[in-house]
Amino acid sequence: MSEAVTLPTRRDEAWRYADMDFVAASDPRVIHHWRTLEVPAGETRGEYTVHRSGATSEGMVDRLRVHVGKGGRFEAFKVITGGKYARVELEVTLEEGAHFEFGGVTIGGDAKTQEFVTLTKHDHPNATSNQTVRAVQWGKATGSFLGEIKVARHAQKTDAAQDFKGLLLEPGASANAVPQLEIFADDVKCAHGATVGQLDEAARFYMASRGLSQEQAQRLLVQAFVGDAFVELEDEKMREELLDATLEALESAAL
Amino acid sequence: MLKITDLHATVGEDNPKPILKGLSLEVQAGEVHAIMGPNGAGKSTLANVLGGKPGYDVTSGSVEFAGEDLFDLDPHERAATGLFLGFQYPVEIPGVSNVQFLREALNAQRKFRGEEPLSGGEFLKLAKEKAALLKMDMEMLKRQVNVGFSGGEKKRAEMVQMGILDPKFAVLDETDSGLDIDALRIVGEGINSIMRDSGKGVLLITHYQRLLDVVKPDRVSILADGRIVQTGGPDLALRLEDEGYDAVMAEAAA
Repeated sequence: MSEAVTLPTRRDEAWRYADMDFVAASDPRVIHHWRTLEVPAGETRGEYTVHRSGATSEGMVDRLRVHVGKGGRFEAFKVITGGKYARVELEVTLEEGAHFEFGGVTIGGDAKTQEFVTLTKHDHPNATSNQTVRAVQWGKATGSFLGEIKVARHAQKTDAAQDFKGLLLEPGASANAVPQLEIFADDVKCAHGATVGQLDEAARFYMASRGLSQEQAQRLLVQAFVGDAFVELEDEKMREELLDATLEALESAAL
Repeated sequence: MLKITDLHATVGEDNPKPILKGLSLEVQAGEVHAIMGPNGAGKSTLANVLGGKPGYDVTSGSVEFAGEDLFDLDPHERAATGLFLGFQYPVEIPGVSNVQFLREALNAQRKFRGEEPLSGGEFLKLAKEKAALLKMDMEMLKRQVNVGFSGGEKKRAEMVQMGILDPKFAVLDETDSGLDIDALRIVGEGINSIMRDSGKGVLLITHYQRLLDVVKPDRVSILADGRIVQTGGPDLALRLEDEGYDAVMAEAAA
């Protein structure tokens, strides 16, 4: 395939915040490799992952293409803690009445570039999708969420939602949200929201006045902030594992 | 147990504005000391400076608390040393439950003092007891900190926090604002049962006599233009209520 021999560039919309040094130095076959997953009609499949890579390598790109059969459910709950560059990409095609649930957290400092990229294809009626992404960054790090939703002409009663919030612990860090909606059906609900802010100073002082150190207050506030991304994860043990990994990554953060 | 000497403080970083201009005040153990004063006198600034709120600068003077220099301590260390600040506007913390917040806060304080942490069960027992004292439903404590609470509920929650943390000294900044008559009585009685003790002290900042009818102060001071201009017994508050600040202060100056 010809696509496999060329590398993406920053001109490609879905790669505009990527670490191009990493991409340029990569084998195109690795960059263009997609894992695939088939969710049979009426069934549920999930992926629950902490992407810590980067401790030993410069980065990682993980791309997954999912097809969800009629009335099926695919859920992905993912935390990116590592990587000078870490990119997690999901392309999900939904059959009639299927659901895609995504909760993602990027958390990191230094000069890390961490991103989630999703393409959700509502090709059939009555399918739903819900995506919640939280980015917590410090140092010179960047956390991004590029979320594209395509609703086909006959995919009536589609209900798609995207919510992104970025929390910057220091000046110099950044967060990007790029929602992209392409809707051809006329009876659909598509909602998206994005905000970027800093830790609430009033809350920090309030917590300090009750005896919590800056570090403890920051940890509690970050825990509350990222919690939204895991609300729809029913497995409590898994939820705790993802939360623990998130808070562990916070320990290297500045105060 | 709290000794404030010639305290000067400013607010604002770029263009600091002097608010406290030589404030001196001493509160003994076992004493409830009410601070009254007109708007803009510096009452809330005093509370914020004692708590260590960012944005306030102490330019001179000292505060000794429980034998320590208060300004040597970070805000969370002041709390662990036994200082409690009751907020005029308690802060909402979405996503954090009262139970989690207060348990972590109490155990952080205990750790600082070299005490063993309370277990989950021990903490819940304590929380239940203090919530009952303020007639607050335990279900409220399971909710997020101050989120969706009415003004009165927030103030009652402040007092539940005070009960759980069991401080040596409380600075209560307009704890009576936003309370209806019933809630005022509950909060006032809560202050009495938690803080009326020979080893404890209270600095009670208020505008109104009505809270002082319940929490009977031992001393009353008038704060005006950044200084204490007059100190007296409980009758001083009554005179203020009848005659107003201007008349009482004019008389004192004469």
